[in-house]
Amino acid sequence: MDTALLVNLAYIASSILFIVGLKMLGSPDTARRGNFLSSSGMLLAVLITLLDQNIIDYKYIAGALVAGSVVGYFAATKVKMTSMPEMVAIFNGFGGIASLLVGSAEYVSGTLNNPAFLGAIFLTVLIGGVTFTGSIIAYGKLSEVISGKPYLYKGQQFVNSLLLIAILIVGVNMLFYQGLITSEQTLILLIGLAFVLGILFVIPIGGADMPVVIALLNSFSGLAACAAGFVILNNVLIVAGALVGASGLILTNIMCKAMNRSLANVLFSGFGAAPDSSNESSQEQGEVKPISAEDAYLILEAASSVLIVPGYGMAVAQAQHAVRELGELLEENGAEVKYAIHPVAGRMPGHMNVLLAEANVSYDVLVEPEDVNPIMETVDVCMVIGANDVVNPDAKENEGSPIYGMPIIEVDNSKTVFVLKRSMASGFAGIQNPLFFKSNTRMLFGDAKETVSTLVSEFKG
Amino acid sequence: MESQIILLIFILVLSIFLGVELITKVPSTLHTPLMSGANAISGITLVGAILSSGSSDILTIILGTAAVFFASINVVGGYLVTNRMLGMFKKK
Repeated sequence: MDTALLVNLAYIASSILFIVGLKMLGSPDTARRGNFLSSSGMLLAVLITLLDQNIIDYKYIAGALVAGSVVGYFAATKVKMTSMPEMVAIFNGFGGIASLLVGSAEYVSGTLNNPAFLGAIFLTVLIGGVTFTGSIIAYGKLSEVISGKPYLYKGQQFVNSLLLIAILIVGVNMLFYQGLITSEQTLILLIGLAFVLGILFVIPIGGADMPVVIALLNSFSGLAACAAGFVILNNVLIVAGALVGASGLILTNIMCKAMNRSLANVLFSGFGAAPDSSNESSQEQGEVKPISAEDAYLILEAASSVLIVPGYGMAVAQAQHAVRELGELLEENGAEVKYAIHPVAGRMPGHMNVLLAEANVSYDVLVEPEDVNPIMETVDVCMVIGANDVVNPDAKENEGSPIYGMPIIEVDNSKTVFVLKRSMASGFAGIQNPLFFKSNTRMLFGDAKETVSTLVSEFKG
Repeated sequence: MESQIILLIFILVLSIFLGVELITKVPSTLHTPLMSGANAISGITLVGAILSSGSSDILTIILGTAAVFFASINVVGGYLVTNRMLGMFKKK
């Protein structure tokens, strides 16, 4: 059989495996098999590509494949679950830089007289470059190498506009003139501009908005691969890249909806960077009522339904295992225990679910806000562990609040709320939370892990 | 050439719609594995990288080989870490 035909048939099979694999990732029962099918599709695509008769020398390919696989293997097996957001971010970045390099490789070896080919290269290098540096910055923010605070400066929009205009000029030169500067200079200039754009795009965005950024960068890494598919006229790159691009955009959209904000608002507003003065009047809202772990235990012991609401603070305190233990003791004590997880809790989509899964919490007790809000009045105790903005009643009640309209977990409607918190500092959005001052709220100050461990030992003792 | 581009754009459009249909129904429990699994798929650019790396032009080989390196980190790391995460999702 003709090799080209064989290769294309294999690419079709790979595409089917990607599609079925992604489909199966949609349900917890089949997800693992889905991931396996998808990886088989990848293996098939890579093996069949190695049959290509235009490949002259295999030693560089083999060396890079082995080196990359070893790095990937160690990164994937050694990473702690709490470091998962930055891991996903940096993998996105590697996908982006790989597509950029493929585009560049084709550019330096190709015949540069076809605008469609050059346009595809332009997009591959641009999207790949933005994905790469954007992901590096996201990695830095998530691992706290650089500050997670939104970073804003005067004239930001102006600088960004200039950058976009410069990129357009380089693009037009690349596609149509090619006389202004040499093709190598054009490529280097484009890569440089794409890198700068990626940095400026993520730098202003605060830590609490990272779920949106990661989902978006995920989408970009797919789109970059898709554009690379147009460069080398390869359909499996286009199919796979488009699938990833679409899935990333949907996740981005889900994250934005969960914050009741538009994507443009997330990207350009530097949320919470400058709390406006209109909110200061609402800062003094009365006394908070602290409670000791011993008293909290007495209330928990009498409770017949408990809802645990985890947030980024639980991840920081590494409290997930202690929380699971407490949940089990509560269940043994006859209480119904559920975990309410807000879509944007933590630093990436699904962050809390992964941590609780790591701590062996069964996934069928993890519920979403719309499942628990209607029955919140029947809940005896809500335990808010390291979450803040996702339980802020201002989102429903205070039209002047920056988070007004955001869907929240309405813990204030339950009979008693325990808030586990380090201190009275405000959340990552930098806004006050009237929940702490409500009459049914009790504050459990201190490290979340220690507090939960104390409760656990009270139950055991 | 032109008809080939049109055909590829056709594939692109259908794939995007397919992707949207596939993903819309994923429960939020699985958002992280979905993202990292999808990320591994975006490492498909490895196919293009292999073709560049096997070229005869020295600069193309250098760029292509670097691309193979990064793309294979993305592919191997992405799939393994997704598998590791999914292994933790259990029901009692």
